[in-house]
Amino acid sequence: MAVPYPADSIGLVSPQTAVFDQPLELDSGHTLPGFELAYETYGTLNADASNAVLVCHALSGTHHAAGYHADDDRKPGWWEACIGPGKPLDTERFFVVCSNNLGGCHGSTGPTSLNPATGQPYGADFPLVTVRDWVRSQALLADHLGIQRWAAVAGGSLGGMQALQWAIDLPERVANVVAIAAAPRLSAQNIAFNEVARQAIRSDPEFHEGRYQQAGDRPRRGLMLARMLGHITYLSEAAMREKFGRDQRGANGDYGYNFDVEFEVESYLRYQGQSFVDRFDANTYLLMTKALDYFDPAAEHGGNLGEALANTQSRYFIASFTSDWRFPPSASREIVRALLDTNKSVSYAEIEADHGHDAFLMPVPRYLESFSAFMHGINTGVAT
Amino acid sequence: MSQSGLRADLDIVASWVGEGSRVLDLGCGDGLLLRHLFDSRQATGYGLEIDPEKITQSIANGINVIQSDLDQGLSDFDDQAFDQVIMTQTLQAVQRPRELLLEMVRVGREGIVTFPNFAYYRLRAHLALRGRMPMSGALSYGWYETPNIHLCTIRDFEILCEALSIRILERRVLSNNYQQSFAGNLLPNLLGEIALYRFCQS
Repeated sequence: MAVPYPADSIGLVSPQTAVFDQPLELDSGHTLPGFELAYETYGTLNADASNAVLVCHALSGTHHAAGYHADDDRKPGWWEACIGPGKPLDTERFFVVCSNNLGGCHGSTGPTSLNPATGQPYGADFPLVTVRDWVRSQALLADHLGIQRWAAVAGGSLGGMQALQWAIDLPERVANVVAIAAAPRLSAQNIAFNEVARQAIRSDPEFHEGRYQQAGDRPRRGLMLARMLGHITYLSEAAMREKFGRDQRGANGDYGYNFDVEFEVESYLRYQGQSFVDRFDANTYLLMTKALDYFDPAAEHGGNLGEALANTQSRYFIASFTSDWRFPPSASREIVRALLDTNKSVSYAEIEADHGHDAFLMPVPRYLESFSAFMHGINTGVAT
Repeated sequence: MSQSGLRADLDIVASWVGEGSRVLDLGCGDGLLLRHLFDSRQATGYGLEIDPEKITQSIANGINVIQSDLDQGLSDFDDQAFDQVIMTQTLQAVQRPRELLLEMVRVGREGIVTFPNFAYYRLRAHLALRGRMPMSGALSYGWYETPNIHLCTIRDFEILCEALSIRILERRVLSNNYQQSFAGNLLPNLLGEIALYRFCQS
């Protein structure tokens, strides 16, 4: 049988679950009695475990970062552009690990999991988690996998911010940081978008104060609206113009004078919103946006990001995209400036791309080339 | 080419960089000068570059490169943050060379620049005898596509330095295919093709 996957894909992959019985104290003051993390790995861990790369996912991402779960999968993992043989995270060299964040809805313990105290789904009772909590939980996963020090921690958007948090919290465990289309903190505008998304979910009559699972219901409309809004902000105006323009669904171009779907962009957004509802949990969405809003490592250093990063021991690759207005180049430059202030080893590329924030998921040649060049320079010690 | 494998002008620049220096290379290109300084002088520091392909090459050469537009100044860097700020064959291509020279001595203890001397006799001859815009090995672009918008002569540069209270610590000139010669030192503005300077704030 012919292999159904492209030659530069890792191919068929299967998720695993790590179970942690020890309690996990969270920034919120709550303690989880135990938890599970769903994760995938690609490539082979070498003898001295020096070639491991942790990939952190963005807001709506999962542990399925590359490859396919089944022969008839329509789409590969979310960072297929960057993970695989010969790609920037070259699975011939690196052992790549990606876990679903704590609080997620794709296998890691989260709002849809059973609360051992009640025997019911956590739902709204699942404590809010922070990016630091994610690092804490992933450190236990690293222990579980026998990885003392990551050759790199990499991610885009929220995942890039998580990579920075790793370097700050556990400096001796991170050799390199790759933060793509990230920011040192969310802007007021970003928090505003998140708040509209949250209100869309929470004001849906089917939200039931977050206990919709027990009610046998789901806030489908709210979650769909939240996703539609998010999607607009992940694209640039140019990308939308290019993709949809004012194209109408009907061939004759006449207006219907009603509220049916008429423009292609409406159809696209509704489709994106609806398909998202089928694969994502509303409480997880609320929690993830909140974790993003709270992220601000400079805050406990009087707003001085350089101080927050001063004790990190990593080399850095920072990249941004020219058309990204959600996490713009200026936000990445602020990170770079803080790293320069503290004499860190850092390279920065501002990639010309029209895709908006979503560019970090795309095979933009210059992005892949500079990312690859950085990864090539990482010493992985003995080979397998 | 010299023993180091660097172009002769870069070899002189490298000889001016002390052991363990912190350096900033403005317009670092493929990063090979910095690579050489890191390896042979245990220098540390960063390169700034605007060309995407060269940035990727610099990363591949294992140096720290920050995508930057020199025409925006060096505001990312604190005063006296570097031992040396180096700019090779780039001065003539920036929007505001005067402001950039001042920025160099603000963020660095010393500045090092190299540029093509526009008073080099072959360039003079090109204009005087052929009546055409001068072109040479160091200036290989046609007038309509040249990035070199602020060409100057050795004399021009020294007059500007004086006006800016920049003290020249050392000058070298190379002529005819990057060679140092006795004649070039005698009549630098006529016989020097490439000028190299080391300077500081006086």
